[in-house]
Amino acid sequence: MAVFDLSPDRRTFLKVSAVGGGLMIFAPQLSGAKPAEAEGDGQIGLYVKINSDNSVIIGSPGSEIGQGTQTSLPMLVAEELDVDFAAVETELMPFLTGAGENGRPQQLAFTSGAGGSDAIWGSYDGARQAGAAARHLILRAAARRFDVPVAALSTEKGTVRHAASGRSLTYGELAADAARESLPEGELPLKERRDHTIIGKPQKHKDVRAIVTGEPRFGIDQDYPGALHAVIARSPYLDGRVRNVDDSAARAMPGVRHIVAIARPGPGENPALNNLAAGVAVVADSLWIAMKARDALRIDWAPGPVREDSRAEYAKAYEALKGRGQVVHEDGAFDRALDQAAQVVEAQYEVPLVSHSPLEPQNCIADIRGDCVTIIAPTQSPGRAARLVAEIAGVDPLSVEVRVVRCGGGFGRRLYQDPVVEAALISKAIGKPVKLQWSREDDMAHDFYRPGGIHHMIAGLDGNGRVTAWAHRLASHSRIFREADAAEGFWRSELVPDDFPGQLIPNYRMEYFYLPSAAPRGFWRAPISTSNAFAVQSFVDEVAAASGQDPLGLRLALLGDQMRDIRYDNHGGPNWNPGRMANVVKKAAAEAGWGENLPGGKGRGLAFHFTFGTYVAQIADVTVQSNGSFKVERVVAAADCGIPVNPNGIRAQMEGGVNDALSTALGQEITIRDGQVEQANFDTYDMMRIDRSVANVDMHIVESGGPVRGMGEPPVPPLAPAVTNALFNATGKRIRKLPIRDQLRS
Amino acid sequence: MISFAVNGSTHNFDGDEDMPLLWFLREDAQLKGTKFGCGIAQCGACTVHVDGEAMRSCSIPVGSLNGARVTTIEGLAENGALHPVQRAWLEEDVPQCGYCQAGQIMAAAEFLQNYPEPTDHDIDDNITNLCRCGTYVRIRRAIHRAAQLMKAEG
Ligand code: FES
Ligand code: FES
Repeated sequence: MAVFDLSPDRRTFLKVSAVGGGLMIFAPQLSGAKPAEAEGDGQIGLYVKINSDNSVIIGSPGSEIGQGTQTSLPMLVAEELDVDFAAVETELMPFLTGAGENGRPQQLAFTSGAGGSDAIWGSYDGARQAGAAARHLILRAAARRFDVPVAALSTEKGTVRHAASGRSLTYGELAADAARESLPEGELPLKERRDHTIIGKPQKHKDVRAIVTGEPRFGIDQDYPGALHAVIARSPYLDGRVRNVDDSAARAMPGVRHIVAIARPGPGENPALNNLAAGVAVVADSLWIAMKARDALRIDWAPGPVREDSRAEYAKAYEALKGRGQVVHEDGAFDRALDQAAQVVEAQYEVPLVSHSPLEPQNCIADIRGDCVTIIAPTQSPGRAARLVAEIAGVDPLSVEVRVVRCGGGFGRRLYQDPVVEAALISKAIGKPVKLQWSREDDMAHDFYRPGGIHHMIAGLDGNGRVTAWAHRLASHSRIFREADAAEGFWRSELVPDDFPGQLIPNYRMEYFYLPSAAPRGFWRAPISTSNAFAVQSFVDEVAAASGQDPLGLRLALLGDQMRDIRYDNHGGPNWNPGRMANVVKKAAAEAGWGENLPGGKGRGLAFHFTFGTYVAQIADVTVQSNGSFKVERVVAAADCGIPVNPNGIRAQMEGGVNDALSTALGQEITIRDGQVEQANFDTYDMMRIDRSVANVDMHIVESGGPVRGMGEPPVPPLAPAVTNALFNATGKRIRKLPIRDQLRS
Repeated sequence: MISFAVNGSTHNFDGDEDMPLLWFLREDAQLKGTKFGCGIAQCGACTVHVDGEAMRSCSIPVGSLNGARVTTIEGLAENGALHPVQRAWLEEDVPQCGYCQAGQIMAAAEFLQNYPEPTDHDIDDNITNLCRCGTYVRIRRAIHRAAQLMKAEG
């Protein structure tokens, strides 16, 4: 296991090392906003390595789940280092144990794995400092060689030049010397935004060649010496148990080595494992034998305590909404304002549980033999994986090596470590390394679903069509589950009082009702926002229609066109700026031709949402056939994510986010019946294919001078309401329930 | 004994004939480019060419392959030169997580044999692979670009 000496140079926060005749610089864990699920114990943020052959390798942290940070983070370094970005190689940094301050071993985690669209945000300054530091050292080494002052030198794409004498040296030729130079105290000066040549210029993603040639980069592609193959038969019932198992047929199959029971932790028992399903693991010489042997198990499953039926639970929630819930936020006096309103508008919206379904089913390699513990996993959260595995193995977390590999999609699912825990439990039980593979059915039935809910919206308007009162009453599954004492706080994962139109309407109330479910729930790409944006942005449209206002005009009136920071007490805060949003909305409207008359059967709808510091507006154009089938023809999008580090990546995220969100809105729904998840695979869970996708995503980047923010999640929330608003515009029929499916046909 | 060719090399197989080709490729032949996404012929991540036809390897038992020629993503490039579809994928910078893309490329490569000048409609009707990351905008563009490359190169 590699152990680096990471005690940082005391005068700077960077660590300089000579590695194999080259120069290596480690930057510490980069500061910046962290999501709630962030890991705080990391030390290395990234590294840059300049080899004597002039190659430049940038190792960047965390998990590549398709959001492009393996390209955008290295761009930040390369900008200040002044190298040809096309020639830079990038690598996923391993999750290592290293010597920390005073030479003590320390866990080296990275920013946050991947969660909260934070990778770029948290790294913007630190990554550029690392690049500037490397360049500084190279320049000092060159100054010594040429015996001239640093000021007489310039750099250009990996070469140092001395203009007066015409001499030049490559970075590679200087790298070994540079490792002996030292850095000045404090931070180095960085380029002005206008001088950037890499940041803000579209760069292609780094790993595409490996992907299109089928290189084995993903978790599922990894092998491990001596590893047996494991699959698990898990309880089909939520919270179910194994009553009895007959494994005689499975054991009799040649190549089957072990059968291992996995217990469901009881209530209150080790909350870190609270999602684990009861099951029976089959361990065999090959994956195929393991799969066949699993089919040969005869298991009598005991259902969980509740034979949940999600339709019945929703029906109860509709009833509950008639009464009074937990008022979690109130500005002004909502009841009085509603009494005095000249017009009242009301609507209810329903959203389902949805599954993550990353295309790569969960998998993990675990080797727990004695004190030496190795995990290879496509995870969004290596730090948590290391801690949990250390607990299971009964070893010091510092001796756990987690190798993070490329993830075939994440969307939040790989923040959860249940596959890692299962693999670790099996390896520990049999004393051998094991590779655990989930099937699609396993993945869909044992997910952390996005909470579903019912949103009851009420607005009061005065005689001039001004909105004076607004209530958002939500009955939902909380993302918080199996934590008995969390009841009062269930709403916190579900409602954001500072979201639009909070603070923009004088009398404003949020009220919460808990909708129980035994299904595990979790972070799903743009958590909270996907559901709430659908309710809020649909309802603004309904209010506009009911009061005879233009949907764009009402939105702009609510936002105001003043640039001003108002509170945002959640991830992406501490402020947001309604004026910046208004600019983004206006940009999208202008590009889309808002206000034009559309021919029959066509409709146009608008929605916007602020998530994680990024402002996004989308305008969807739809064509509806007389039989009610429809197609989204175009989405015009505008986004202000501060400094647009990689416009190509930003466009890719918008195109993908729009289509992922459309896929979800069109057909995706997880339902529970008799205590079991009803959907099993892509034949019963409707993921969109190219035929229903939007081919035309017309993306406009608005750069307003704000700080750099992420784009992994923000494109998702506005899409569903933009589409349903467009469908209303085309047909006069309002879709208040997701997924849309064939509601226009009925 | 089942005998078939994968990317030009002959394999003799005397194991469980029910095993899907997907697992033979990934586990026995150590060709990991072909991916597992669903196991029921829904997602297309496991698409390979069998005798020139795009097929979902998760749903083809090895036992049915006697005498067949199988091409996987690893065998799509010829003499080190990437297939035009692979080049188009690079030029359009298609992948996000990348997991579906080998299957998408294999599906597109065969599709373009049958539709050398495809319309959007042809693509909608014939390309049925799933992409959770939603890269369909670029997949479509890359298919059109690959068609141009193939035409230009005859
Ligand atoms: S794995 Fe074969 S089609 Fe999905
Ligand atoms: S690129 Fe991720 S599933 Fe297609």
